[in-house]
Amino acid sequence: MSINVTRRQFFKLGGAGLASSSLAMMGFAPEPAEASIRQFKLTYAKETRNTCTYCSVGCGILIYSKGDGAKNVEQNVFHIEGDPDHPVSRGSLCPKGAGLLDFVHSKGRLEYPQVREAGTSEWKRIGWDEALTRIARHMKDDRDANFVQRTAHGETVNHWTTTGFLAASGSSNEAGYITHKVVRNLGMVAFDNQARV
Amino acid sequence: MDNSQNIIARSATTTTPPQVRGHVDEVAKLIDVSKCIGCKACQVACMEWNDLRDDVGECHGTYDNPTDLTSESWTVMRFSEYETQEGNLEWLIRKDGCMHCAEPGCLTACPAPGAIVQYANGIVDFDSNHCIGCGYCITGCPFDIPRISPKDQKSYKCTLCSDRVNAGVEPACVKTCPTNCIEFGTKKDMLARAEKRVGDLKELGFRDAGIYDPAGVGGTHVMYVLHHANDPNRYSGLPKDPRISPLVGAWKGATKPIMSAIIGITAFAGVIHYMTKGPKEEPEEHAGHGQDDTPPPHSLGYDATRPRGEDR
Repeated sequence: MSINVTRRQFFKLGGAGLASSSLAMMGFAPEPAEASIRQFKLTYAKETRNTCTYCSVGCGILIYSKGDGAKNVEQNVFHIEGDPDHPVSRGSLCPKGAGLLDFVHSKGRLEYPQVREAGTSEWKRIGWDEALTRIARHMKDDRDANFVQRTAHGETVNHWTTTGFLAASGSSNEAGYITHKVVRNLGMVAFDNQARV
Repeated sequence: MDNSQNIIARSATTTTPPQVRGHVDEVAKLIDVSKCIGCKACQVACMEWNDLRDDVGECHGTYDNPTDLTSESWTVMRFSEYETQEGNLEWLIRKDGCMHCAEPGCLTACPAPGAIVQYANGIVDFDSNHCIGCGYCITGCPFDIPRISPKDQKSYKCTLCSDRVNAGVEPACVKTCPTNCIEFGTKKDMLARAEKRVGDLKELGFRDAGIYDPAGVGGTHVMYVLHHANDPNRYSGLPKDPRISPLVGAWKGATKPIMSAIIGITAFAGVIHYMTKGPKEEPEEHAGHGQDDTPPPHSLGYDATRPRGEDR
């Protein structure tokens, strides 16, 4: 389709366009004003209290998710901020805590046990039962082989130095107590925790 | 939706804004530069709340990351290494972002109706739906804050979390700040806190400590406590006496009514001319020019199919 516009018509159209747009720009065509231009995004969000996963400070966080938990919807975390009622952090978060949302949705996040078998380069997904069984087997074998009851001088030590244990930092006192009991009862020496820092 | 954030000024709009509800407290964000450790939690919280994710940049040998405000980084920490006359090094860290001026240069300069609004509580907000991407807000801003996005050619800056403030909670940067360096409240309360803090700093030996609330832009709703208020320039070029560019005054002040008048007079003259002289008659096209019986492209006045210079 072609539109035939004469020189005269072109100038008329152009002039009318320029005049109307200039008039609008000069404020002759005001639009209705709204009272506020931005809606609060947490309205109707589900709020869940939790503890930041990163360091031993253990700041309180509020996790906001969409979806009310009905059986036909999947909830989705869309915002995380500090918990003002938490005695440790009182609502504040460091840059890592403030960016937890991307940590939750990270593609690199570990969500299930994986194993890289000896001689392969691939990570293979395994079930929790299998993972725990295999870890227990490894620990038992290693402890049976390397447990030291006495030193060369005959001193009783009962320690196991060839396996280490790294515990979580965002645990409660009770969880920490139990972890300590389990690890030390086995005679394990290399036991670390970010709460040490 | 009616709320506490009545719009009291709107860009390129001449209608009078509602003014009856006068009991709205002005809010302010107070940034105590002397308490800032430069952790950038405010930057992260700002991006998280406002659903922004800036591109991962490059290290330029400083802690500044990103090195400047962008359309997706509405606040950045600026790190300045300043050597005093006594030879001491001062590491001055300033959280840069919109100052929410009481007399906003961006709003004055903006030609797009409703693209920039100012609420009764003092927050200056951009409504990007109405933005035409002309960039006049950047010219109008004495602090060089707004940035045009290369993605959609619209202007963006800090909103002082107007949505959060409207819902009764503090801005995201204020809430997250681990050192209590950023505080939020009514402007009156924040000024009182700032004065107390300035007193403390003076006792600590910072004789020139003071509040940054520049009068050149009618005061701001983001204020700083500076240990060297006599020389704000030290803090990565914070202007000592910010003023709106006189160009903005010319464009919105004198030029606008004059141009409006010229348009009006032209239209009026056109009507008078029509009434006295009548419509202009189309002159009869003379045969022989080939205008009447040639195909459409010829109405442009030349024959595009004919080789150039054939009849010259």
